[in-house]
Amino acid sequence: MSAHSHDHDSHDHGSFRGYVTGFVLSVILTAIPFAVVMGGGFDSRALTVLVVIGCAIVQVLVHMVYFLHMNSHSEEGWTLISTLFTVVIVVIMIAGSLWVMFHLNTNMMPQMNHDLLPIGPQS
Amino acid sequence: MSTPSTQPAAYWEVEPHHHEDGASTNIGFWVYLMSDCLMFAVLFATFGVLHGSYAAGPGPKELFDLELVALNTAFLLFSSITYGFAMLCMARDDQRGTLRWLGITLVFGLLFLAVELYEFHHLIHLGAGPQRSAFLSSFFALVGTHGLHVAFGSIWLVTLMVQVNRKGLIPANKRRLSCLSLFWHFLDVIWIGVFTLVYLMGMI
Repeated sequence: MSAHSHDHDSHDHGSFRGYVTGFVLSVILTAIPFAVVMGGGFDSRALTVLVVIGCAIVQVLVHMVYFLHMNSHSEEGWTLISTLFTVVIVVIMIAGSLWVMFHLNTNMMPQMNHDLLPIGPQS
Repeated sequence: MSTPSTQPAAYWEVEPHHHEDGASTNIGFWVYLMSDCLMFAVLFATFGVLHGSYAAGPGPKELFDLELVALNTAFLLFSSITYGFAMLCMARDDQRGTLRWLGITLVFGLLFLAVELYEFHHLIHLGAGPQRSAFLSSFFALVGTHGLHVAFGSIWLVTLMVQVNRKGLIPANKRRLSCLSLFWHFLDVIWIGVFTLVYLMGMI
């Protein structure tokens, strides 16, 4: 019984310092990619993409920790487990879709290219 | 707990544990958010696949205005921290403070929606509506679904403000506010994905 005796107030509502820290970090992590892209980006496109995606991933983690108050012991670890499960599914779904459809596109494209069509109406 | 005599004898514990009212609401709501996350993942995957299919129509560089997106991002970020302050007031049982911060959160949420509706209206006015190309269809589906979530979150926010105003910060209302807090911050997390993958990556 004692395991369930905690009431709602014992849920982690965060602290003023936590929210402000999360907010400041988020502002920085938002400003960097916007400044980079609005300034025209780096010479290397890959570097620009890397910076933008990197900032987004870090910012998602900042939000998870400081705003959603995620940690390994909230709800006896079930929050973290369900989140990790979701992340795995999301990665499989997005990466898998892009992978499959990219290959489908490259395999289908030559037929769509009219310059390579040897036969067909010439008019 | 004694079983009433009218019920058949039970050989298992009918009420094995006494769970406090709503003790499992938070984890249940979290699981809902994760399922919502999967729905957004499908929309992101769709956009990822179709983001280059312009059908000879306009692309992101002709359509998107990053300053507007930055403004919207700021609105959503501000609304996140003001909701956080509302939760801090709630933890102190400060009903007036909670209502004030919830009201400010609502204003930021509505500003976000106003800018997004303006953007959609502008795009459709340019002839770049959802039916123009696969790219625009997936764009409107993804960003529109997020906007719909913010709209329903705002309605929920108004409902809770009325409830807190009428009944005070009773445990049930605190539980509801915690759920909306998760929902609201979750929408901000999704928005990070939207502005990064849709707007910024489209402009690179």
